[in-house]
Formats: sequence, structure tokens, C-alpha cells
Amino acid sequence: MTEKITGAEALMRALEHEGVDVLFGYPGGSIMPTYDALYDHKKTLNHILVRHEQGAVHAAQGYARVSGKVGCAIVTSGPGATNTVTGIADAMIDSTPMVVVCGQVGVAMLGTDAFQEVDVVGVTSPISKWSYQIRRAEDVAWAVARAFYIAKSGRPGPVVLDFAKNAQTGMVEFEPAEVDFIRSYDPDPDVNMADIERAAKMINNSVKPFVLVGQGVELGNAQKELRAFLEKADLPCGTTFLGLSAIPSDHPLNMGILGMHGNLGPNVMTNQCDLLIAIGMRFDDRVTGNLATYAKQAKIIHFDIDRAEFNKNVPVDLTVWGNCKKTLAAVTMLVDEAKHTSWIEGFKPYEEKEYTKVIDKALHPTEGPLLMGEVIRKVSEAANNEGIMVTDVGQNQLMACRYFKFTQPLSVVTSGGLGTMGFGLPAAIGATFGAPDRTVCLFVGDGGLQMTIQEFGTIMEQGAPVKIILLNNNFLGNVRQWQEMFFAHRYSFTPMLNPNYELIAKGYGIPAKTVIERKDLDAAIAEMLATPGPYLLQCAIKEEDNVLPMTPPGANIDEMLLEI
Amino acid sequence: MEQDTSKLYTFLIYSENVPGLLSQITAVFTRRQVNIESLNVCASSTPGAHKYTVTANCDERMARILTSQIEKRIEVLQAHFYTDDELFINETALFKLSTPVMLKNPDVGRMVRFHNARIIEVNNTYTVVEITGITNDILSLFDTLKMMDCVLQFVRSGRICITKSRVEHLDEYLAVREAKRIAQQEK
Repeated sequence: MTEKITGAEALMRALEHEGVDVLFGYPGGSIMPTYDALYDHKKTLNHILVRHEQGAVHAAQGYARVSGKVGCAIVTSGPGATNTVTGIADAMIDSTPMVVVCGQVGVAMLGTDAFQEVDVVGVTSPISKWSYQIRRAEDVAWAVARAFYIAKSGRPGPVVLDFAKNAQTGMVEFEPAEVDFIRSYDPDPDVNMADIERAAKMINNSVKPFVLVGQGVELGNAQKELRAFLEKADLPCGTTFLGLSAIPSDHPLNMGILGMHGNLGPNVMTNQCDLLIAIGMRFDDRVTGNLATYAKQAKIIHFDIDRAEFNKNVPVDLTVWGNCKKTLAAVTMLVDEAKHTSWIEGFKPYEEKEYTKVIDKALHPTEGPLLMGEVIRKVSEAANNEGIMVTDVGQNQLMACRYFKFTQPLSVVTSGGLGTMGFGLPAAIGATFGAPDRTVCLFVGDGGLQMTIQEFGTIMEQGAPVKIILLNNNFLGNVRQWQEMFFAHRYSFTPMLNPNYELIAKGYGIPAKTVIERKDLDAAIAEMLATPGPYLLQCAIKEEDNVLPMTPPGANIDEMLLEI
Repeated sequence: MEQDTSKLYTFLIYSENVPGLLSQITAVFTRRQVNIESLNVCASSTPGAHKYTVTANCDERMARILTSQIEKRIEVLQAHFYTDDELFINETALFKLSTPVMLKNPDVGRMVRFHNARIIEVNNTYTVVEITGITNDILSLFDTLKMMDCVLQFVRSGRICITKSRVEHLDEYLAVREAKRIAQQEK
């Protein structure tokens, strides 16, 4: 007979069986049996104690995004669980594989409004890929295997396991379970060759093709397949924020970023191409602008693994369902080697116009306070354009996505869909565990930093080597920009009185420096990167710097403002 | 003015028999501001599979989006939407009528028979009448009896229906999935 162990111990062994090596978490009443079991697994399951449960989920997201593995967070019931809600919703909309284990009161207490009881499955069902309550120790092995399978397969997403206390303490004979098939769920559809042939024909007949690259390429580990596809048929492309590192920034076919704060060329050409080929992206409103005028002249092909994305926002002419690693490889076999030289040349005037009117001014100012763009580009280059870019949300994010450069895949950690302020700092901590050999650069504003600033404690305790670049403009900058543009300069509660961030960082033992003058910037960045471990570099940024160009909300995507 | 293209669609949804799915399915409608007109949930003829019959007014594009969002839930096997002409449809209603009024007014009994309704219980106080049919037949009887001032209680079930199609989509789907499971196992 196999030995009997507790459900909590079974969870540890099940997590190890799934290859988990890092957990981000915070203990509490209803998860104590599990934490007790964890005490004996410290060598294999590296538990990172965060300072707030929101930090645990964002750290798990950061870990997942740079490692391609499933991030794992563990918290207690009630407030512990509800504090993870933002991170779960964030992971859902940004397709991040994550398993969140929440403690729960014992089954006998369920529904009695017990201390720290909350209906976690009810709360998280609409914002998770799968949410399940483990009520018996016997179900641990199966539930964990199923959770990891669902989280990482198909279009990845967050899974919640609500772990009742009696299931943690109950005894069970443990056998690890394997789940690689669920009857009602098809995460790896067979490639439909008829669709592939149709797609190839449309591409071969196109004179002005344009490819939209989304995070699906990174999630499907199809970066090589994408390049082969683009290069064979000579297809220019633009990327979403989350798809930024799916193709190197300086690849000759990479025309830049799509959407509201993207580049002029890709947005204008979206409305001039004759064939739009969307790969692993979901036509978010920040990418499309006004749907009534979006790419109306073009035929559209949509490659995606999530069928529910087809025809959701934009009606398309052909859908190609499947993992783009397979579908791109298949379509590449059938497309003709082609040259679209004059079409690609057509992007140049827009690139030059944007460079003169916006980029040159953002990167090479000669007087006045520091600008976000110049700081970001200098950090990127000082890290040989090989760093991981983590951002918070707001101007820091838009500017980082515009001016950080990428040569390596899986290098973007940003809250794209949910736009979660406070995401950056804990996500960057997670990224240092997911990619310990890479330089993790966090760009964060003075607003967002304070939303999760308690995670300085986690950085201190772990020595997590996050290079924090604080772009401090004493404003909630992006809201202020919208107030300037659309609310007649009425700065309603966007100016911020800030604390002394250097002092705070130093209180946590994090080396810190403030740069005010341009002449000191290069040396300060070099010092930050040369200092082992974490570092806070505060940059005093021009207070009313704006992110340009911009397509105003609801406007046509090709009508970008280059100046205000 | 934009043309109103909305009409009543019937959604037939099959899922695994797990708790919590009903709220996931209704949430898909709520989130997109589509009101559910009727809802019926029961075990289906396929072992282990539950059948949800939902009716709602929306346009075809929304019906398509609702269906794909429902099908995206992990434990949902299949979701399809239909118009009335693609289905055999039935509803049941029960009336509790005042027996004294019925005795005074013979037209009540006449109308019950005219609508092919059935009396299933009679006592001095009330009479229970059952009718099966489509929504319009049932509501027509209700309106008539209401005018005769004899209705004590009225209840109408949600729609139930089966498809007219000669293809059983669920069986086909399950056969394909089973073949894939076996292929995967052999690999």
C-alpha cells in the first residue's frame, strides 16, 4: 500500500511533478496546512514571500512571460484571494499562463459567511480560464494536473484552484496525475490544409500585403516560423505592444508598432494595404481605432488559436485556426518567394516624417529637462538591446514600448489589455526569477510605483536584480496628457506630491540615484547596470511631456496626431 | 436610423455535467447586454452531457459571438444557435382557474377545449388546466381566460426543442474528439 499523505503535501508533490520551481505567495489562516507542507519542500519549491497578494500574481505573470513557463502564486482565502483578482484579470486578457492556489475555509463552513470566506470560484470564473474548488484531498493530483494543462495549452490563461482547508489536511494515497486531453477542450487543433491553401493563394495574389504580429507568435514559440514566412514572401509587418519582441526591432521587414501610440507608417498602411494578415492578435480597440474605417479596403486573414477571436471585433475574409507555429510553417511552404519592394518603400516617407516631427525630438533633445524617450533608448542601448523591458502603465509604458529595442524573444512584460497600474514592480521581480541571466529593466512612473511600492521589501529580501528606472514627472502623466488634449487643460487630480524615492529605496537597502541633468545620464545608467543586484534610478522628467504620435480615442487609425 | 435586425434565437448548448457552468453561460449573455427570455437545463440523451436551451433576442452577429464565447468555456462541448424554422419547439403552461367562475361562465370551458388544453384537476375552489404548444397558442389562451377574470395562477415553462437537421452535431463532435484522444494516446 502506498503511504498516506495530507492533501497539502500532495499539492507540493503535484507542483513538483509539474516542474514548478518558483512560487510567489503570502501565507494566512486557511492556507496554513499548505505552508506547513511547503516548509519541507523549500529546496525544490523556491517560495518568494511577497509583501501583498497582488504582488504575488503580477510576479507570477512576469515569471511566465519571460520564461514561457506557467507562473504560480499561492495565497490564503478571503482577502488573500480577492487581492489576486486584478492579476487574474490581467493574465486573462493578456493570455498569461498562471496557476493561483487560494486557501479556502473547510467544506463544512462553506456558505456560512465564515471568517475569511469568499466565493472565490464565483468571483474568478468570469476572469479566469478555469476556476475549480478542491474539496477533497483525493482530488488534488487530478486538479493540479488539469490546472497546469489548461493554463499552458491553447491560448494560455490563468487558472484558479480554491483549496478547501479540509482537503489540505485530509489524508490521501498520492499518485501524480497526467492530463493531456479534455473532451470538451481542443487546444491543439489539426491544421486545416484547405484554409492554408486559401491563405497562400490570397497572399500570392496580394500586391500590398501587411502583417500584424501579436503575442500569439511568442506564446506559440513561433518566432522563427514568423521570420521564415515574412522573409520568403517579403511581407512587411507591424507589431502590437505584446508582440514587440516576436521579431527583432531592426529587422528590415519590421515597420514598427500598431495602434494608438504606435508608429505612423504601420497605421497609415493598415488603411492602404490590399491584404491584412493578422497573426495571434485580437484587434484590440487600442490597435484598430475606429472600426468603421479600419482596413475597409483590404481582404483580411486571421491566424489564431482562439476561435472566439474570429470575427469578434473585425469581420475577416478567412480564418486560420491553430497554433501559429504549425499554421505559419504550413502556409510558408505554399507562398511564393516574392518581392514587394515598392510597397515596402512606401512606408519610408511616413517613417521619415515621424522621425523628424517626433522621434528625433524625443531622443535627441539638447536643452530643457530630461525626456522619457531619451532615457529609455539609452538604457536599452546600454543593455545592448538584449534586456527585458518591464513597464508599468501610462506614459512610461507607451514610451518604453516605443523606444526600447529588442533583439531577443520573450522580452516584453507589460500590462497590455487590462492596463494595470502597479503591475510593473512585482512583474519585474517575477521576471528576474523567470530569466535570471538577463537584465531586467523596469520603466515605471511616480504614480504606478506607489501602487505596489511595498514590493521593495521583496526585492530587499531576495536581492532581486531589478533595474528600476523611475520616470518621475510629478504627474499621473497619461491622464494629464488626455486632460490637456481632451479636457481643456483641466488637470483634475493628476499633479502628484511625491515622497523622496531615493530615501525610500535606501530604507530597503536598494542603491539609488537621481539624475536631473542630461550630462549625468549616461554615467548614471552605466553605474546602475554595473551595480550588481537591484538599483533605483530616478530621472527627473519634463513635467508635461507628451506621448506622440497619437490616434485620439475613436478616431480613424490612419489619422495620427504628430503634434498637439 | 439603424435597422433593427434582432430576432429571437434559440441557443442549444451542450456541456459536461459540472457545477457552476450555468452561471458561466448566463454571464456571457449578461456581459453583452442580451436578456435571456427563457432557459431550460436538463440531462441530454448523451451520457454525461447536459443540454441548455436558451432563447434571447439579438442580431445574428451577436448570436455568433455569444455562441463562440460560450463554446470557449473549458467544459462546454458545443454551442449552436437556431431560428424557429430550424427547430421543433414546445412549451408547457399550467393555469389555476376559479371553479365558481367556470361554473357561472360556460365560455371558459369552451375556450379551454378550443385551445386543446386539458383539465387535470377539479375541486370546488379551483380547476387546473394544462396546455402544451408554442408560445403564441399559450399566450392566446392566457389572454382569453384573463379577460374572463378566472385566472388564479399561471405559469409557462421555458422553451424546449430539438433540431430538424438530419445531422447530430454533438455525436459527430464527440466521435471526432474520441478519435483524437485515441490518436494522441497511440502517439
